[in-house]
Amino acid sequence: MLKIEGLSVSYGPRRVLYNISLEVISGEVLALIGPNGAGKSTLVRAVSGVIPVESGGIRSDDINRPSVNLLSLSPMQRARSLAVVPQAASMPPAFTVWETVLMGRTPHLNFLGQVSAKDEAIARLALQKVDALDLSERRVGELSGGEQQRVLLARALAQSTPILLLDEPTSNLDLHYQVSFMETVSALAHQDKLAVLVALHDLNLAARYADRMALLVDGEIKATGTPRQVLTPELISMAYHLPVQVIPHPYADAPLVLPVNN
Amino acid sequence: MKIRPYLYTLLFLLLAVVLSIAIGSVFIPPGDLGRILIGWLNQATFSEPLKTFAFILTGIRLPRTVLILLTGAALGGSGAAYQGLFRNPLADPYLIGVASGAGLGAVLAMSVKFSYSFWGLMAVPAAAFIGALLTVFLVYTLARVGKTVPTTNLILAGVAFGSFATAITTYLMLRSTGELHRAIAWLNGGSSQAGWEPVLAMLPFLAIGLGILLLSGHALNLLQFGDDQAQQMGLPVMRVRTLILLAASLATAAAVSFSGIIGFIGLIVPHVMRLWFGADYRRLLPLSLIGGAGALLLADVIARSVMAPQELPVGIVTALVGAPFFLWVLRRAKNQGYW
Repeated sequence: MLKIEGLSVSYGPRRVLYNISLEVISGEVLALIGPNGAGKSTLVRAVSGVIPVESGGIRSDDINRPSVNLLSLSPMQRARSLAVVPQAASMPPAFTVWETVLMGRTPHLNFLGQVSAKDEAIARLALQKVDALDLSERRVGELSGGEQQRVLLARALAQSTPILLLDEPTSNLDLHYQVSFMETVSALAHQDKLAVLVALHDLNLAARYADRMALLVDGEIKATGTPRQVLTPELISMAYHLPVQVIPHPYADAPLVLPVNN
Repeated sequence: MKIRPYLYTLLFLLLAVVLSIAIGSVFIPPGDLGRILIGWLNQATFSEPLKTFAFILTGIRLPRTVLILLTGAALGGSGAAYQGLFRNPLADPYLIGVASGAGLGAVLAMSVKFSYSFWGLMAVPAAAFIGALLTVFLVYTLARVGKTVPTTNLILAGVAFGSFATAITTYLMLRSTGELHRAIAWLNGGSSQAGWEPVLAMLPFLAIGLGILLLSGHALNLLQFGDDQAQQMGLPVMRVRTLILLAASLATAAAVSFSGIIGFIGLIVPHVMRLWFGADYRRLLPLSLIGGAGALLLADVIARSVMAPQELPVGIVTALVGAPFFLWVLRRAKNQGYW
């Protein structure tokens, strides 16, 4: 599981994350929601080690292994515990899907990037899990947005990490791909016992597929809990500066957030 | 038909080497070349005309061929590395100031009348080498922001400093009384030094620089996804980028210090290799190295032969021949997404 403890991050003199504490349990999907500029992407980047952390701790806890302080690890070591699925924007078009997914094996390879049969098997399995094995020989530049996003998920899965971070992966996807992508992520989290933290901007998508949620506003966690606990009219109206109503979803076991027009 | 990139490229290099050794003011027929080679292996002594040919070979042709081969390899390899590092198809080995720094050093050295001794002959190359490395160091330091060196800053600082160095160089050239012609020839790529000394002087720097580059293919692949994703996949981005940058600059500085500024090889050879054989840098780097060596050898043969007995600066040939050739390759490329 992923444990974020009292994390604070600043961009120079400007504080952007205040004392963030979150736990993501293995086998669950935690959706990080909040308005633009709240700090969702910043949190993902800080946890993955791309931006420096001012104070606080990030740990990886597994039942059979001692607790690991992720902040003290080198990029290579951290990449064995944590994989990130970014938005599928401006990917290098000339690599094939197969080559791209194989690069996810980097933390387990030598610096020349030589792959073994085992690495290829893992890459193949990752592509199967996202249903993209038939795309293997295609160049990434020729794929649709949804296909590219699946390839990035496969690459992260090939990294074979217990923790998965996704940074607004559905932002550029159409309705079909949004739903199918989150279905895949949710199934993988439950089946493979991954700790999945996904930053999402679509509240109802998050409500359908998240086991728990955390509401981030202006760099602070305002609420954590089940979707029903976090998606209340009071909290959401306050966070998004917009009056909303929350009703039970007509046929799914989740709340449904509706903006209220005057 | 199975494409064999290494086979084709090595054959191309072999052809270029044979042409470079055979062609010159005295034409050595390939048949005689073979006979000399066999003779060397059997430690035989030669009679005329093989004896003269062998003398020309060891004293002039072979060292020159090896020098050009190494220079072309350095330019091709570092060109590929720069394009990968900066994720920019316009990048070439001179992007952050190696050319302008080397030019300034060389022209400064040319304005001093050195004695005709070993150190006197080494003065221009040494000054060029130091000028190139000093410029890269300055540009790198200027571009640094805290602990990172952003790509954009590097390019901007390189362009700014390059203009500055070129301005001083031009001023020195205008002020000179006799050295102007020599400076222009050097700045367009002219290797005027014969013998094995230049090769031996270049070799350690090239070995280190190109050696590091040849091992950097996988890292360059990862860097194509951007610094963030490369780091998230496990690459220590800042350290690796600095290492590759220094290795490429070292190789380029060593190459230009004896051969002058030869353009287009570092820019075009990697693109041609990418068009024909794909964007995987683990393959692209060695192929650009071999291809650069062959291309420069061919350009040098043309430069020596076209206006014989005069020698054109090889940089003019690479520009005149290289640009149209690349445009032709580009037009024939079937796949649009090659970059």
